Amino acid sequence: MQDETILEINDLNICFEMREGTVNAVNGVTFSVKPGEVLGIVGESGSGKSLSARSIMNLLPRNATVTNGSVKFRKNDGEVVDILAEKRESRKMRELRGGHIGMIFQEPMTALSPVHSIGKQIMTTLNLHTDLSKKAQVERAADLLAMVQMPKPMEMLKKYPHQLSGGMRQRAMIAMALSCNPSLLLADEPTTALDVTTEAQILDLIMSLQDELNMAVIFITHNFGVVAEIADRVSVMYLGNAVETASVDDIFYHPKHPYTRALLQSIPRLDGQKRRRLQTIEGMVPDPFNLPTGCVFHTRCAEKMAGKCTSQIPELTHFENDQMARCHLHQA
Amino acid sequence: MAGYIAHRLLWSIPTLIVITIATFVIIQLPPGDYVTAYIAELVETGEVIDAETAAHIRHEFGLDRPMYEQFLTWIGGILLHGDFGLSLDWKLPVSELIWDRIGLTLMISVLSLLMTWAIAIPIGVYSATRQYSFFDHLFTVLGFLGRGIPDFLLALVLMWMGFLYFNFHVGGLFSPEFENAPWSIAKFVDLLSHLWVPVLVLSTGGAAGLLRIMRANMLEELGKPYVETAYAQGLSERQVVWRYPVRVALNPFISTVGWALPALISGDVITAVVLNLPTTGPLLLRSLQNQDMYLAGGFILILSVFTIIGTLLSDILLVLTDPRIRHS
Repeated sequence: MQDETILEINDLNICFEMREGTVNAVNGVTFSVKPGEVLGIVGESGSGKSLSARSIMNLLPRNATVTNGSVKFRKNDGEVVDILAEKRESRKMRELRGGHIGMIFQEPMTALSPVHSIGKQIMTTLNLHTDLSKKAQVERAADLLAMVQMPKPMEMLKKYPHQLSGGMRQRAMIAMALSCNPSLLLADEPTTALDVTTEAQILDLIMSLQDELNMAVIFITHNFGVVAEIADRVSVMYLGNAVETASVDDIFYHPKHPYTRALLQSIPRLDGQKRRRLQTIEGMVPDPFNLPTGCVFHTRCAEKMAGKCTSQIPELTHFENDQMARCHLHQA
Repeated sequence: MAGYIAHRLLWSIPTLIVITIATFVIIQLPPGDYVTAYIAELVETGEVIDAETAAHIRHEFGLDRPMYEQFLTWIGGILLHGDFGLSLDWKLPVSELIWDRIGLTLMISVLSLLMTWAIAIPIGVYSATRQYSFFDHLFTVLGFLGRGIPDFLLALVLMWMGFLYFNFHVGGLFSPEFENAPWSIAKFVDLLSHLWVPVLVLSTGGAAGLLRIMRANMLEELGKPYVETAYAQGLSERQVVWRYPVRVALNPFISTVGWALPALISGDVITAVVLNLPTTGPLLLRSLQNQDMYLAGGFILILSVFTIIGTLLSDILLVLTDPRIRHS
């Protein structure tokens, strides 16, 4: 593991054995995160982005199997944990979850327990990872709610999730994830279920907290606009592959992979030429039971090279400034 | 909360009035009355009663008066003097007959209810968390068997096996020598040795059904996102399962716990008859067969009061356990 990274995922492969066949949901995903860095993961539904995030927590669905690769996490004290080598239920794993790695989810409506108050849920995390007294826990929980800008934090502690709006629930969720000062925050589409105004507020909040606490964030989304706003680096996923990873500037101004380029061209722009049809990506996402041979994107790629792209899986090509892409165009 | 309870209690008064009237009418609906049933019984043994004597008995019991008059006398006695009337069949006060049996009935019912829950909840949780495992399949098979076999048949089989292999005295709750003896340690031990058959029989059927419900509820809850959140907080599997989904999955149990209250009294009548238990179930059955209207009426009145109290209790419990109901 490199010295300056907090998280390294290397050649991760995850598959599901199902009655209809095997689904290779994640195929050789490689990326790393530095302390205090925001990594955006963009991709459409089923591209394996959520699954990659869950592998960091070692909380994959029970019918999923990791066939190859490693996930390594560096704790504050310098100890490196090989996460996938740990058992799902091991003490070390449980210490990481909530203690060193926080996670926030897409559905604030259902991701909080309906039968426990907000305060009780935050204090559950504090109870597990700190040895604060009961009274100190209550104070800490109230401080956390104040930190995520919830009004009247002391009263909010007693509220139940169904009494709060979607935005407030997501704030409570964030307070819960940050309660033990994690060095890495996983955010799995935290604003997808919210309306745009609330989304902007929550993004601002995450940004300012990230700045304040100097934690690393992995932000999963399917919205390029959100990525442009908050990410330092971006990983673009397609069908279980991280096809391109680069700094946010390189992704937007020097995209190397045809899929990244196609995605960027299909975003409507305010300053674009008028009366032009929006570009789209040809075809459909292939059936996951029956992935294309060679490069998985070749069925929809505008720059496909006959012969090479349809038969050989492209290797990861490294460019300057830590940019990497999986495409035959850039291979000698 | 207090207002809610008062409101509910107030509403139960008209409900009770309607139930008592309906009960009284229904008991009288079949053609004939207690005297007809009594005469028929006597004819079987060879005695014949002429019409004059029959009319005399009817007058004695007040059965010749109009129905509303009989009803008012009956309900007046209950409200003003706590007097439930006389059982025509047993020639004993109704309250004495019922209270005599209610202690043992409650004991058997409460024991089997607790047993039902003690079996159903852990197995249901296990089956859901280890879905499609060997033991899940095993419990599924056992569950359907337990649900499918009628209780009285199971009672018969257990009695037969107990008699054949263990030389138990089966049926009833006491051996003959203790039947009328005063309470002693020996009598209590004797009671325990008889008690397991009815408790086992009564709890298996219920537990089998309940564990399927528990399993289904749990499977639904385990798939919800808040379970994943709980794991992401660092809780262990056991903590996650018992603190969160089990609590939510128990709600349907809590909302039906009120029904258990009347069931405690009426119990499983057929099983009680088969096992010859001195509980209230067989008494109720017999009073209905003989048109022993005051005894039957008294029973049904108590059952309805229990139903109303039970429903109220489970509503209150549900409000206490589920914050979503509390605030809406």
